Amino acid sequence: MSISQFNYSTIPFEAEALRAEVRAFISEALRDYPAVKRAYSWMGFDADFSRLLGEKGWLGMALPKRYGGAEASPFTRYVVIEELLAAGAPVSAHWIADRQSAPLLLRFGTDYQKEKYLPPICRGESYFCIGMSEPNSGSDLASIKSSAERVGDGWVVNGQKVWTTNAQHSHYMIALLRTGDKEESGRHGGMSQFIIDLSLPGVTIRPIADLAGGEHFNEVFLDNVQLDACALVGEEGNGWGQVTAELAYERSGPERFLSSIAVLHTALQAIGTSADALQSREIGRITARLLTLRNMSLAVTRQLAEGQNPAWAASCVKDLGNVFEQELPEILQLLVEEQPLVGSGTDHAQVLAYLIQMAPSFSLRGGTREILRGIIARGLGLR
Amino acid sequence: MRELFESTIERLLRDISTPEYIRAAESGTWSGDLWGALVDNGILLAGAPEAVGGSEANWSELFVIARAAGQFAAPVPLVEMILGNWLLERAGLGACSEILTIGVDCDLRIDGNKISGEIRQVPWGRHAELIVVVAGSGGETEVLLLETAAADKVIESDNIAGEPRDTLYFDNANIMASAPLPDGIARSVLMTGGAMLRSAQMAGALTALMELTSDYAAERKQFGRPIAAFQAIQQQLAVLAEQTAAANIAAEAAFVESDDNLASFVIAAAKISSAEAASLGAAIGHSVHGAIGFTQEYKLHLLTRRLWAWRGEYGSSSFWSKLLGAHVCAAGAESFWPTLTHAHLQELIVPTQGSYL
Repeated sequence: MSISQFNYSTIPFEAEALRAEVRAFISEALRDYPAVKRAYSWMGFDADFSRLLGEKGWLGMALPKRYGGAEASPFTRYVVIEELLAAGAPVSAHWIADRQSAPLLLRFGTDYQKEKYLPPICRGESYFCIGMSEPNSGSDLASIKSSAERVGDGWVVNGQKVWTTNAQHSHYMIALLRTGDKEESGRHGGMSQFIIDLSLPGVTIRPIADLAGGEHFNEVFLDNVQLDACALVGEEGNGWGQVTAELAYERSGPERFLSSIAVLHTALQAIGTSADALQSREIGRITARLLTLRNMSLAVTRQLAEGQNPAWAASCVKDLGNVFEQELPEILQLLVEEQPLVGSGTDHAQVLAYLIQMAPSFSLRGGTREILRGIIARGLGLR
Repeated sequence: MRELFESTIERLLRDISTPEYIRAAESGTWSGDLWGALVDNGILLAGAPEAVGGSEANWSELFVIARAAGQFAAPVPLVEMILGNWLLERAGLGACSEILTIGVDCDLRIDGNKISGEIRQVPWGRHAELIVVVAGSGGETEVLLLETAAADKVIESDNIAGEPRDTLYFDNANIMASAPLPDGIARSVLMTGGAMLRSAQMAGALTALMELTSDYAAERKQFGRPIAAFQAIQQQLAVLAEQTAAANIAAEAAFVESDDNLASFVIAAAKISSAEAASLGAAIGHSVHGAIGFTQEYKLHLLTRRLWAWRGEYGSSSFWSKLLGAHVCAAGAESFWPTLTHAHLQELIVPTQGSYL
């Protein structure tokens, strides 16, 4: 693991060529979409919009054509998703399926699973959530207790998942479940990934309101849920390895530093074109940090495009990106004398109110700051 | 070519630019044998045309040289000479092989072929033979080449890393050569170029700092185990790695996006990112090292004192942030994202330091 993984990589011409079309489409499609909703970033849910993106061919872009993809490079997908995020488009319906579940199924899934699940993901019709955390297993993911037990040809699942983003809107959960004894199979053994159809009997989903009253995450109860043999993803007992392989996709993208971009836009509007010295300095500093983060993220994308597994570098991007997107609302609050307001008020006041409250979650979801830094330290050979 | 430069300069500097050697330079000794080795290995003229013995390297290739200069704290005006020669070439004056430095902060008056005034904070001014500056007023801005021997007086001072930053006074001295500043090149070219070079040097110094600090944490034992085994230390080193990565890629972007013109917007971002990384990184390096890192004997300060000096030279993060922010705000909120995705096409108006009459 070394700094040399961060090589400056520009977006190839053929990927860059798509940007103007994507930008124009978003501008038209979201003409009347309010600023406060743009602040939801990749937590904004709109199934119609997702289907529209599917029609444009902008979901599952990197997948083979036979499954509805475009066989596009990771850079092409990057251009599409960063344009969506920068505009604050409502992408949450398809987000996890497009980013994480589809690449996972493509890599580890059976032909049957690929045929069944990938085409509707590409059409923007099929939504996924990730079942990892449990009431007693947060950062210590390897301590999960929810289990899948082999019964006849299939599996019976029991347990509980929590903090499951978008479960209430999703069709499927990709769950990490215990399939072997922890004592016998070692700390990272005995776990497997399953696709759980969330409409099955025995699945109960309860949204958990966040501190601002929004409902994004859920608790999911799994009570004697019967799964077919073909629900297993990849190899039995290889769940930890498969989950780890997903991390580079999950942790290096622009959603790890653009979560607060909406408040930068409203702040720039509030500041206007004649910024004072303090405003100029802070906006300049933000611009530099953002440009550097984007370059780091693109460097990881280059490694993904070359078929490497840049999980270490991805952790660097996520941690540094989370610090940035968490600091942004506060820095900007100090630049414009406007109080955050809920319910009405200027765009900036409302967007600020929302993002100040959401910011703590940025360094919790997808791996906490401390876990990420632990991974980085391990990569440095320190543990 | 980049790999060749990188391996050549790293080998050379690893051998010669040792802590003892750097300390001697900080005490005032001219690093003549290092300079000779850089000449012999074609490093100093890497960017110059083949006709004068150079390799015609572009900025993207020169990046690794500037970074290595920082990584090994090379106590010579290596990067200044590369930038100076680049500007001389662009102005049609031709690269030179004498010890060349640059002057950015000047108060100068030109009278025909004579020059008077002062040039401040000249890197290795007391050791350099030639100095390149941009001077002149209004539409008659020129690239000037001066002999340091023509200076009336040299007031010696050092930056906090013991690198010479001298003030040269000229009184009706001869201008050795001059040419109009080429179209498309800003008056502030040496300031912007200097910022680009310092960002790469900081990236290099941070890379060395990270290695030194990680190694120290793995060796130093307290409470019966290496301090690297403690999460409190691991978390700090992880941040150091992130900041080092940020500085490296920001600096590399600045070089790669510069060609016949310097990519001022990307350079501003590089100087800001690397300067912030320098501050955070130096603090972590000292925190992890404890008291030994605060001694003259141990080599940590050879890196951290440079980081503290370089973060301010050719514009602090504040200087560049204000320019970048004013540019971004003036373009309006709607332009922010398009500007960011095409940062290499943006041009900043960078003010010059001092005065030119």
